[in-house]
Amino acid sequence: MKSKHFRPDVDVAPWKGGHSPYDIIKEGTIALIVVGLLTLILAVVFGSPDEPAVTIKTWSNATPVDFAMTALSELNQTSTSAQYGAPYNNAAVGQKLGPLELAKWVGDRIPVNTVRDFVINPLKSLPDQPILTTDLQQWSKASSSTRNSWLTDYTKASAHMTYVNGQVTVTANNVGPVPVFINDLTQMARTGALDQALVTQSGFYTTDFTLPLLFLADGSYLANLADHQHLSGDQWGMMNETGNYPGQAWLWLYTFWYQVAPFSTSANADVLVWGVMMALSVVLLFVPFIPGLRTIPRKTRIYRVIWREHYQGTTTE
Amino acid sequence: MSYTEIERQWTTRLRRRFVHLLPPEKLLPDTQPTYVSSWIYVFGVTTLSALVVVIASGSLLAIRGPQWWHTSSVGHFVNSLHLWSVEIFFFAMVVHLWGKYFMAAWRGGRALTWMTGVVTFLTSIAAAFTGYVSQTNFDSQWISTQAKDGINATGAGAYFNVLNMGQMLMWHIVLLPLAAIVLTGLHVLLVRVKGVVPPFEENAKVNA
Repeated sequence: MKSKHFRPDVDVAPWKGGHSPYDIIKEGTIALIVVGLLTLILAVVFGSPDEPAVTIKTWSNATPVDFAMTALSELNQTSTSAQYGAPYNNAAVGQKLGPLELAKWVGDRIPVNTVRDFVINPLKSLPDQPILTTDLQQWSKASSSTRNSWLTDYTKASAHMTYVNGQVTVTANNVGPVPVFINDLTQMARTGALDQALVTQSGFYTTDFTLPLLFLADGSYLANLADHQHLSGDQWGMMNETGNYPGQAWLWLYTFWYQVAPFSTSANADVLVWGVMMALSVVLLFVPFIPGLRTIPRKTRIYRVIWREHYQGTTTE
Repeated sequence: MSYTEIERQWTTRLRRRFVHLLPPEKLLPDTQPTYVSSWIYVFGVTTLSALVVVIASGSLLAIRGPQWWHTSSVGHFVNSLHLWSVEIFFFAMVVHLWGKYFMAAWRGGRALTWMTGVVTFLTSIAAAFTGYVSQTNFDSQWISTQAKDGINATGAGAYFNVLNMGQMLMWHIVLLPLAAIVLTGLHVLLVRVKGVVPPFEENAKVNA
């Protein structure tokens, strides 16, 4: 029989020591009872957070100018969503992992046109609005350059936008139907009708909140609320949750990378962090086959603490 | 039906193979090697127990649907049970993982046991994440709108839309728990087949 060199980080010698009684069912039952009780105690003492969802109605009533400015950014296509790129549109190449344009390759599989989906279609759903209907027809018939001219002039004047007496007011001339669109969409939002219009564009039954969530995220209201709850990206972001709860603490390493250079300053931070985490996950998966990494346990000798009783009873080494 | 025919049946062969791999005394052992005596072993069974509580509390939440816990104090309490069992589950699993690393628990042909454990860990992270984004509250709004950028940047967001609550809820209550349970079952069976890794015995020799 050919002898093979013993690899201490891969092989084990057959156990020739003794055995002791072991009641696996009893152990499992006790563990389940203890964990159940611990869960019960933690639930009674600490409960769980449940901050109500923000609605576009809430947002537009709390900060109508912020909402109206966001609506304008959807119409003039300067919002984050309008300029996002894949999977929503082709406005940007998106992030790159070295030479790899992963998002762009996949394409706009969840198409979002902010002008159509966030402004025009919701406005079209409003009944009995003769002025708005006329303005929608004017928009529809206008050339691209005319629309751009209206939007450019209105956007310049919007720096002084106010919301007074229930009306969005911007002093601007030759801006076509844009003032009516922004004002009517704001009024629609304040009644709650826009919340509904955004989720029902694909039918009566829906569980897809892509449109209202993108719209909300384009404004500053949601981000300000999150900042107050210590949930911003530079506050270790999405691993946390509202209130003093542990949140997704297991995402600490993923969130950590966003806090340090080069990730914290890179335009490709998201895909870079994902790349790093994927690579680390693969390394973790294949630890048993990676020389060096699989040697650390033996070299650090922490196993002697873990198997303290065993080594106290032996004279190995 | 002849004896030979019975012997050739898929069922007979599968049973024989299974019993050979995992005889009853291995599946439900009544003794263990004396080295299996350390606080670290608590965390494996704690992880399993927490998973049972996670599944049980999640099943209770499922009975009345995803909105119930916002309007009912009983529902909110069940949600609290679900949350804290998840926290215990991850705490125990991470300690279990680090413990197994420093025990080099892949030794002796146990690499697949390690690998199923790692995949279960990663699957559990995805399961928890989909739970956070399908809570239908402020947390789910904020976490999903933040997380979309990372997933979209990889191209996966085109198929795994974190802003689609229905899709996330289905992944959370069906696909990922199913994967986690199957992987956990496989992991535990592998532990039973291979046994618990023994301590380092330096200067030992094996024959091939």
